Amino acid sequence: MEKMENYDVAIIGAGVTGAATACTLSRYDLRIALLEKAADVGFGVSKANSGIVHAGFHYPLTTLKGRLEILGNLMFEKLQYELGFPFRRCGIVVAAFSEEEMKEVRKLYQRGLENHVPRIELCDRERMLHLEPKLSPEVMGGLYAPNGGVVEPYRYVFALTELAKLNGVELFTNCEIVRAERKNGLWELSDASGRLFLAKYVINAAGLYADEVSRIFGAEEFKIVPRKGEEFLLDRNSKAYPSKVIFPVPTGHSKGVLVIPTVEGTTMVGPTAEVVEDKQDTSTTRANFKQVFALAKKMVPAVSERELITSFSGSRPSMAGEDFLIEPSKKVPGLIHAAGIQSPGLTASPAIGGYIRDLLKEQGLELREKTNVVRSLPPMPAVRNMSPEEADLLHKDDPAWTRIVCRCESVSEAEIVNAIRKGHTTLDGIKFYTRAGMGRCQGGFCSYRIIKLIARETGMTPEEVTRRGRTGTILRGHIGAEETKNEN
Amino acid sequence: MKTENADIAVIGAGAAGLSASAVCARAGLRTLVIDREETPGGVLLQCIHNGFGLHYFHEELTGPEYAERLLEKARSAGVEFRMESAVMKLCDLGNEKELTVYSGADGVTVIRAKAVILAMGCRERSRGNLAIPGDRVAGVITAGLAQRFLNIDGFLPGSSAVIVGSGDIGLIMARRLTWCGIQVKAVVEILPYPSGLSRNIAQCLDDFHIPLRLSTTVTGIHGRDRVESIGIAPLVNGEPDLSREEIIPCDTVLFSVGLIPENELSRQCGVEINPSTNGAYVDGSLMTGVPGIFACGNVLHVHDLVDFVSEEAENCAANAVGYVKNGPPTMEKQLRTIAADNLSYVVPNACRRGVPTRFYMRPKVLCRRAELLVKKGDGTVLLRKKLQYVKPAEMITADLPAESTAGCPDTAELRFELRPEEEAKV
Repeated sequence: MEKMENYDVAIIGAGVTGAATACTLSRYDLRIALLEKAADVGFGVSKANSGIVHAGFHYPLTTLKGRLEILGNLMFEKLQYELGFPFRRCGIVVAAFSEEEMKEVRKLYQRGLENHVPRIELCDRERMLHLEPKLSPEVMGGLYAPNGGVVEPYRYVFALTELAKLNGVELFTNCEIVRAERKNGLWELSDASGRLFLAKYVINAAGLYADEVSRIFGAEEFKIVPRKGEEFLLDRNSKAYPSKVIFPVPTGHSKGVLVIPTVEGTTMVGPTAEVVEDKQDTSTTRANFKQVFALAKKMVPAVSERELITSFSGSRPSMAGEDFLIEPSKKVPGLIHAAGIQSPGLTASPAIGGYIRDLLKEQGLELREKTNVVRSLPPMPAVRNMSPEEADLLHKDDPAWTRIVCRCESVSEAEIVNAIRKGHTTLDGIKFYTRAGMGRCQGGFCSYRIIKLIARETGMTPEEVTRRGRTGTILRGHIGAEETKNEN
Repeated sequence: MKTENADIAVIGAGAAGLSASAVCARAGLRTLVIDREETPGGVLLQCIHNGFGLHYFHEELTGPEYAERLLEKARSAGVEFRMESAVMKLCDLGNEKELTVYSGADGVTVIRAKAVILAMGCRERSRGNLAIPGDRVAGVITAGLAQRFLNIDGFLPGSSAVIVGSGDIGLIMARRLTWCGIQVKAVVEILPYPSGLSRNIAQCLDDFHIPLRLSTTVTGIHGRDRVESIGIAPLVNGEPDLSREEIIPCDTVLFSVGLIPENELSRQCGVEINPSTNGAYVDGSLMTGVPGIFACGNVLHVHDLVDFVSEEAENCAANAVGYVKNGPPTMEKQLRTIAADNLSYVVPNACRRGVPTRFYMRPKVLCRRAELLVKKGDGTVLLRKKLQYVKPAEMITADLPAESTAGCPDTAELRFELRPEEEAKV
């Protein structure tokens, strides 16, 4: 049997919820394991997130998600200062195109006032067009919330995880927990490959799989319903790039199709909202493509299918009641659920970390702040944000800084090697970490270079390199390999 | 940061850059070629099949052989190469152009040149550009990337494949994969006719019994980690007929759905781009809207034969040499060219009066026989050319002699019209 590792807290799931929790808890004198079933962190729900820091006018304060959203929103500047992920408080507008929609906007405005959303503003047509000139002149009026923003969700998760790791959190990827047993007042967890972890407390932050994880523990029966959202990304040259996040007036459970100025300069349109059966379904469809563009163009006429560089999808882990479920299990000891964390989960995440810490304290976990806490990440230089002089200076230390691998997003070899050395060894992992392959050619030019760098740095063969783990290899052998085998 | 001066800086060491630079250096100008790759030659290096050079070298060569000859010409003319170097910024300073170049060997170098020739070539349109539905799985790559994996590094992209789009690289790859023991189950084309050259349909598909499915679209790419199958369906009135959807099991999908000129640098320094070519607007001397910046090859418009690229690049370089040696030409008014009936574009977009000019154009239609007319604004026909087997996949060229434009008033326009005379049998 493998050596048994003993932890105070094991967190199942390294998405935004798990990572934020790990980061918060890492300040205390605790032994923490962060367990992720995918090949890298943030590869589940968080990866396909729209990256919006919501303003806090959608949900009443009677809901947990409403309260955590407001709190979380306030924490982003400090987090960005400490962690250095891409974030911009660009503001949010909600655009109404009919008197009917204006009625809804007034309700949102009222809610915003009740929720103390700072400087929220009810706008007429002129004010809307002044705030956001990319809006269609058909707009009738709307809402402006200057405290909304955009963040790169995967970079945010990477940063949270990195700080957690610097403070001693142990991250295990490709680690799918399949069994949990209560032994001597502790939980014994085992993953699909037989690794064992002993933990006093377990946080169920398993996203779409939180219901299955709960079942493994013999805890509450609930059902996570995947609600899929498709997103479409436009070239950074797009004329549609707005200055603020543009929301339609919401209907039902969905906030609707948005036009988003991503922090890195591309324009994103989406998401759709569609209940699906399969949790692993990340497909896109022709019908939704047409629908999303039709809706986006209504708000921003400059949106064009011609500028599409890629599309993707992911599912929100929705639950009956539509609120977050963050509470200790009533059926089994030592398990805290953090389930149903759909929108505004990303916004709420910094507050979720603190909320879970407080729950753990109530459960009897002793929290003693470490004396040597690392509070911020070292800066992560990127050639695309540097002046030529700065790049030339770095070149003197390492020539890889001026060796450009990804031409569309200007990513240097040094940045890619840094990502690989930090454990991101899939093409998608490197793409999300460095942006290499995320631009207009979608890896057409740089994929082969990145595969070679992964092989060089890790000792893998190029044929072993995957897109995002498991069996998804890019290459399937080598010319003459069969012959070589036969000769031997 | 280092600084360097040159008469002419050529961006890109592919067919266009090599051909152009040889002309510049032979004229006695200090010529620098800057390219990101390790070795000059561009995409030719991965095109190990033959069929290159019939027009230009009057013999049939492989891609690497063609590149080798161009490189020899350039080297012997005294061209200097800056390989593994990326031009990150191009600035127009009026009489000089400034290029900020990053390389592992030299760090950042600022190159000042009197003229610049854009020869960056093109990139492949990808699955992402087309919103092809289905799963985001490994095993979906562009045909050119697959070609690179296979022909430069020897890696097999999969074991059974479907190729989407019938562009030339896709057709060439259908044959190449078959030779490597990878089963090519179909080539799927959304248009009612193939996008590649006829000779490639015959030599790469027909000879290997690879089915070409015309007027067919992709309904979805399916799989969990890696491609497991692709769904296709015939197009009826622009929509897939799902009642006739077919699921083809395969582990690889290659995309060969068009090329896009790489004009990011050009845009950055203010060069105006023509939406019908995605290349720069150029005048009769292949100079862009920014004086002293010239463009040729696939960055100007996508060619189907490298021979035409070389020819265009040499012509472009000769004009750039003239610009450097004699200074900018006096502001002469050039004749604007217009792609009219059945043509999607004409390059160049203007023509100098009394200077013989070669025009390249792309037809929008498929026909067995057609006539190309070049007219002046008043309707006078300057040129008639009979054409056979006209198709969008094959570029048309036409030469306008000096005398036909010599007497034109400077307000004149040249109208290019294509008149189909006999329908094509599809």
